[in-house]
Amino acid sequence: MIRVVLPAHLQTLARVPGGEVTLDVPGEVLTRAALLDALEASYPILRGTIRDHVTAQRRPFLRFFACARDLTHEPADAPLPDAVASGEEPFLVVGAIAGG
Amino acid sequence: MSHVRVLVGTRKGAFILTADAKRSRWDVSGPHFAGWEIYHVKGSPADPNRLYASQTSGWFGQVMQRSSDGGKTWETPGGGVTMEPGQMPKGESNKFVYDVSPPTGKPLTTHQWYDGTQHPWEFKRVWHLEPSLTDPDTVYAGVEDAGLFRSSDGGTTWQELAGLRGHGTGPQWQPGAGGMCLHTILLDPSNPKRIYVAISAAGAFRSDDGGTTWRPINRGLHSQYIPEATAEVGHCVHRLALHPSRPNVLFMQKHWDVMRSDDGGDSWREVSGNLPSDFGFVIDVHAHEPETVYVVPIKSDAEHYPPEGKLRVYRSRSGGLGNDWEALTKGLPQRDCYVNVLRDAMCVDTLEPCGVYFGTTGGQVYASADAGDSWAPIVRDLPAVLSVEVQSLP
Repeated sequence: MIRVVLPAHLQTLARVPGGEVTLDVPGEVLTRAALLDALEASYPILRGTIRDHVTAQRRPFLRFFACARDLTHEPADAPLPDAVASGEEPFLVVGAIAGG
Repeated sequence: MSHVRVLVGTRKGAFILTADAKRSRWDVSGPHFAGWEIYHVKGSPADPNRLYASQTSGWFGQVMQRSSDGGKTWETPGGGVTMEPGQMPKGESNKFVYDVSPPTGKPLTTHQWYDGTQHPWEFKRVWHLEPSLTDPDTVYAGVEDAGLFRSSDGGTTWQELAGLRGHGTGPQWQPGAGGMCLHTILLDPSNPKRIYVAISAAGAFRSDDGGTTWRPINRGLHSQYIPEATAEVGHCVHRLALHPSRPNVLFMQKHWDVMRSDDGGDSWREVSGNLPSDFGFVIDVHAHEPETVYVVPIKSDAEHYPPEGKLRVYRSRSGGLGNDWEALTKGLPQRDCYVNVLRDAMCVDTLEPCGVYFGTTGGQVYASADAGDSWAPIVRDLPAVLSVEVQSLP
């Protein structure tokens, strides 16, 4: 199972307080696009909160991390690290530290 | 015994304030949607337990919330958790997509930007929700960048009424300091086909066919801060108000100037009269006296707080025509007060005597149970208040 850690506000919105989300992501190669597709399929309220509804572009104040690496600017269809695909490490959706 | 429910949107959540008809002792619930900006919460006139809320965030975008029990519990229509992915709803309730199809939107994709160039329309948030007067499942949403959407399935899906953006003047609209937002929606109770909206900074617009076609209604407005002071569009209208018994009489708080129209917006005249400042954001009308109007003067567009540090509501009993604006100060701070009152943050109830409410950027919500003669804070220390609505309940 793929592990995803959401920002606190999205945990509340998706009603998964305090914990990781686990997902079964179809396909042989795990990509960010496939992971987010599966996340939004399981939690439809998250559609539009991480990626734009129409363009599927990342919202500007969110970034993606895994295995101590910033994957934000990797192509959406690039393979994610093996440790994420194996469930050893979580995929992190992180909100920017900004605002009041 | 009747009671009232006040719906407050703030920078960090929604609050629901309730009291009996005396309106002297209040219960406060919240924060609902803690930590999110709640631009507006409003109840359906056709079913007061049906509430809609605009929940928004610079990080996570727009979320729509709906309650069917007066705000005790909330749901995200069309979204939410599903345990069976194959059967999940589509999650369209947060999706606002501009209609650029030739028959409706007339491929309008750009408006004027700060530097005079054209800029793409980009959805940012819902500023104002206006439930139908007759159908609890129909609700209008005024959004930034300025557009008007309607849902007829309880907020599950949204369709743009693109004739507004597409009627011809759209390329001349431009953002004000707060963004290019559609913030006011008035539904004419005597004519279901007539809708008024107001946009910063474009002006006021009217539809007489239920929202399909639109035209600007800004004749008589004079705005020195735009290149052509009497232009058809470009005015920074802050708020419109009407009394249900006389929907052809409109009142407007413009960036500067308090205005009045007696012909459904076809023409306007200034009624600022003896106000200490005619800059401001809110304007509203007494529930039982169609010529009694309330504003909260703000010092200037450069200094968004009350003149002289005195928080004063001004009331005219002549619809502004008699140069009779009177300061209402009893119970309001009369020194060292530097809050603002934003455009959606004043409302009136329909009890007798009429209750008047407003919220401040300092987190206070003030209520008057005697039509403005005296005031008391319901709460003092909320996050900055963005909107205040009230429901008068049996």
